[in-house]
Amino acid sequence: METLYLLIPLASLVGALGAGTTVASVREIGHRWAIPGVAVSFLLSLVVLADVLAGHTFNGAVYTWGAIGGLELEVGLLIDRLTAVMMAVVTFVSLAVHVYTIGYMHGDPGYNRFFAYIAGFTFFMLMLVMANNFLVLFFGWEGVGLVSYLLIGFWYTRESAIAASLKAFLVNRLGDIGFVLGLGAIYATLGTLAYEPVFARAGELASSTIAVLPGMPWSVASFAAIALFVGAMAKSAQIPLHVWLPDSMEGPTPISALIHAATMVTAGVFMLARLSPLYEQSLAALSLVLVVGALTALALGLVALVQHDIKRVIAYSTISQLGYMVVAMGISAYAAGIFHLMTHAFFKALLFLAAGSAIHAVADEQDMRRMGGLARHMPVTHWTFLIGALALCGIWPFAGYYSKDTIIEAAALSAIPGAGFAYWATLIGVGITAVYTFRMYFLTFHGPERMDAETRAHLHESARVITWPLVVLAVPSLLAGFFLLEPVVFGGYFGSSLFVAEGRDVLGELAHHHGGWGQYLPLALALAGVGLAYYLYMVRRDLPARLAAASGPAYSALVAKLGFDRLFEGWLAGAGRGLGRALWRGGDEHLIDGLAVNGTAGRVAAAAARLRGIQSGYVYHYAFSMLIGVFALVSWFFLA
Amino acid sequence: MTFGTPEMLAVLPELVVMGMALGLLVLDLYLRPDQRGITFALAVATLAVAAVLAAVLVPGEARTLLNGQFLHDRLGAVLKVFLLGGTALALIYGRRPLQRLAMYRGELFILMLLASAGMMLMASAGTLLMAYLGLELMSLSLYTMIAMDRDSIPATEGAVKYFLLGSLASGILLYGLSLVFGASGSLALDEIAAHAARAGVSDPLLVLGGVFVAIGLAFKLGAVPFHMWIPDVYHGSPSPVTVVLASTSKLAAFALLMRLLVGGLGPMAEQWQVIAGALAVLSLVVGNVVAIAQTAIKRMLAYSAIAHVGFLLIGLASAPTSGYMAPVLYMLLYTLMGAAAFGIVSMLDRDEAPARTIDDFAGLSRTHPWTAFLMLILMFALAGVPPTGGFMAKLYVFQAAVEADLVWLAVFGVLMAVIGAFYYLRVVKAMYFDPPERTLGPVGDRVAQGAVSVNALAVLGLGILPGPLVELSLFAVAGI
Repeated sequence: METLYLLIPLASLVGALGAGTTVASVREIGHRWAIPGVAVSFLLSLVVLADVLAGHTFNGAVYTWGAIGGLELEVGLLIDRLTAVMMAVVTFVSLAVHVYTIGYMHGDPGYNRFFAYIAGFTFFMLMLVMANNFLVLFFGWEGVGLVSYLLIGFWYTRESAIAASLKAFLVNRLGDIGFVLGLGAIYATLGTLAYEPVFARAGELASSTIAVLPGMPWSVASFAAIALFVGAMAKSAQIPLHVWLPDSMEGPTPISALIHAATMVTAGVFMLARLSPLYEQSLAALSLVLVVGALTALALGLVALVQHDIKRVIAYSTISQLGYMVVAMGISAYAAGIFHLMTHAFFKALLFLAAGSAIHAVADEQDMRRMGGLARHMPVTHWTFLIGALALCGIWPFAGYYSKDTIIEAAALSAIPGAGFAYWATLIGVGITAVYTFRMYFLTFHGPERMDAETRAHLHESARVITWPLVVLAVPSLLAGFFLLEPVVFGGYFGSSLFVAEGRDVLGELAHHHGGWGQYLPLALALAGVGLAYYLYMVRRDLPARLAAASGPAYSALVAKLGFDRLFEGWLAGAGRGLGRALWRGGDEHLIDGLAVNGTAGRVAAAAARLRGIQSGYVYHYAFSMLIGVFALVSWFFLA
Repeated sequence: MTFGTPEMLAVLPELVVMGMALGLLVLDLYLRPDQRGITFALAVATLAVAAVLAAVLVPGEARTLLNGQFLHDRLGAVLKVFLLGGTALALIYGRRPLQRLAMYRGELFILMLLASAGMMLMASAGTLLMAYLGLELMSLSLYTMIAMDRDSIPATEGAVKYFLLGSLASGILLYGLSLVFGASGSLALDEIAAHAARAGVSDPLLVLGGVFVAIGLAFKLGAVPFHMWIPDVYHGSPSPVTVVLASTSKLAAFALLMRLLVGGLGPMAEQWQVIAGALAVLSLVVGNVVAIAQTAIKRMLAYSAIAHVGFLLIGLASAPTSGYMAPVLYMLLYTLMGAAAFGIVSMLDRDEAPARTIDDFAGLSRTHPWTAFLMLILMFALAGVPPTGGFMAKLYVFQAAVEADLVWLAVFGVLMAVIGAFYYLRVVKAMYFDPPERTLGPVGDRVAQGAVSVNALAVLGLGILPGPLVELSLFAVAGI
């Protein structure tokens, strides 16, 4: 089995490297490497899932990469129920996206390069979820970040794509500072970075303190958990580090589906679940997680209401849904959060890919104001998109209904500080989700056809290689919740792979208290939201504009994305640039460049020139230098 | 003296190489010039077979055989496998370049085998006499090989310089050996070790002998200030011979050092530790700094070799405290890196446009992307950039220094590694960022191309999976 575990990420890696060798080729052959590689990963992941369900888990080192002092740097894998489910989801969505890409990227000069990247992404993501210690987790974490950066800037001749990729990279660096600090705190306290001993000794972390600011001792568990959460905030796009995700839509659509919706952005959520024994030690961290998640779920849903770019609407929706998952982590309903992660991966990938199909049909136009009426021309895209939309809104019996409602109901039961706020935020979020989702649906697929005549004449359904992945993803979007909710969330599927402290088991409580009028509230709100969207965008099309005008500052705040971009670009980046300029002029140019770098380099070069002169080429000079050496060494030994 | 089966088995690799050297000497006389491939193939096969034999015949525990002349132990076996393998690689890389230099002759292959036999004796020497004989056998073969390129002035100059200075160094070494012999009254290394443990520092004769031996070895390794021959000789030698000079002859010198200083004068480690530390500092400074000023690729790599000796010496200076694994690992990896780097340089060396300067590598990534990629790996490995094997080698050496309380030496080494990165990266810059100026073509044949690819990728792979080589090094030094 051990070989098989190893084979799963390696198959994708081979696919990526193989596709990498074809980059220079003008023929579109990258998929011949990438797809078999990822397909093998997927099939083996299913085998592992079945094996794990039969009760076999694994936790061990594959090999020791190095040892520094007492720190063993091991490449180790942990295969348990949580890992197995993530592996299956990641490889499944990845495979669907790979197939879709054949059609979507056809004709792009970067076709082969694209396959090398996404297969490489699958490798890193698998390493991230399969890690059995923080270092391999970090390796995967940085790896997916790197590929995400490369893919956002995939069309590197577009200025906006480069800016977006830089933004994603920089924001994630901010998160990485937190991540590394968290690792450091854990290593400094426990002297190990492997999950198992860290989890077993998590109590020690809670009882030892660290003085981050002098005179203010702080529990290491809280510090580490919060620091690591900062990393998760950047990766999983939580307020205020979410700013990179909407811009990441500059990348090709398959990437938005795979990386910026289904898998990579959920890495932060996955990490929170994986580290549940650590987070359970710190009420402060859980509370922070909860509040940040709830804020994200509500606020970014509101921003989605006013976007015109179809991909941006889905992007904001992704951030909002990530907020739901993070809320689930905060209320210790880890299983519910992972379940939402899973269903979300299916229906959000579906929505992105369907949106991509629509975008392709209208000559790569992403503005919904220039779409409309596509349902007639693209039946498969339309129906699959509708399934995704219904799942996203949480309409019974689609997948999102089960996963999202469980989180909301669990929030109602939680006693962690902030849970009350989280309950209302997530509940209102449902209504908002329904409005923006169906606004997008109606604007894109119904109503008058607003594209130009040339495009309208060419409207047609996409090729099979594009529509098939949509159908494949629609199936779990429709059925996953109905069939999997009970066993996964309430049936104790995750067993010991998730840890919930005594008295916080809201899901266990929920399993007994399932009932009451409260559980119909989210569905009612969702239906109301769909109805409102229908009224506003199908019946009274003039109303939205008048509403916008009437709401004045509120509307402009939403259009300005609540000012977060201003905050980062104007103030933080401005201050950073100012500081940078001062340091550059004063410190760098004069001190470091002038004195240290160029000065040293100049001196080294001068020394090189002088020393070189000693190498005269005369044998007697050489022999003389040897004799001096002999003389010096001998006299050193006998005089000293 | 007994000549039983166990003795014969133990020296079988040596016998094979020597026997084939003599056999080829005769056989080659009966071959037409166009049949030279037979001699070539037989020479390569001999080295390969001997390497396999050395690996198979590795003893469970160390034994001295043949009246104490021959030491049969794990360290010797491991070193021999690399010595023979490296020399075989050098021959494979050198096929086309040798043909162009009109050096593709039977004599060269025979000399190569004799040099290998000398190296093997150095690795297995049980007495001072055997050690010296091995060294001279190797050195004389190398002098001759360099001089075989008779019409080339740099080659002749290099051969003469190497011969003159080598003789001087041999004289110093021999003087040291005779002093050691005089002090201990024995040629056998184990008896010398026993005497050194008894008398130690109080015996001035032994100390003086030790210093002279260390100097002789420092010359062979190319440590500053006994390094002057290295740039001229590496640069002047025909490139295929430079490959041997830079990789396996270095490893052989290291083997001799392990035998003489560790095996024989091990109890005096405190003395030679100081010498190793001082020479390490000098070698790091001179090697790294002067390499920056070089424009010729082989000269640059020659200074890089001096710098690498500095790193090796850091490991040696700390070894008596923290173990011999680090220097052995360093040397094995350097042998691989050196063979591949000089191998690529030698293969790019062609008559129409010889790759003499670093600028000749400009634009290589466009004309020969694969070769450029291999060279990239090697430059990163030599600079010590992870995840290449070169990083691991340096990491273990520095770690050893820290363990031995030589933190300052480790810090110094890291600083020098930073300076060193400059000239390696210059090659990378030329290959990947400069426009191609001349058309260079690898002249190696398919086999050589494949071999150098495997060699360079092994350097990369050993950085990602260092386990096996670390285990091997630990295995080799287990008996020390």
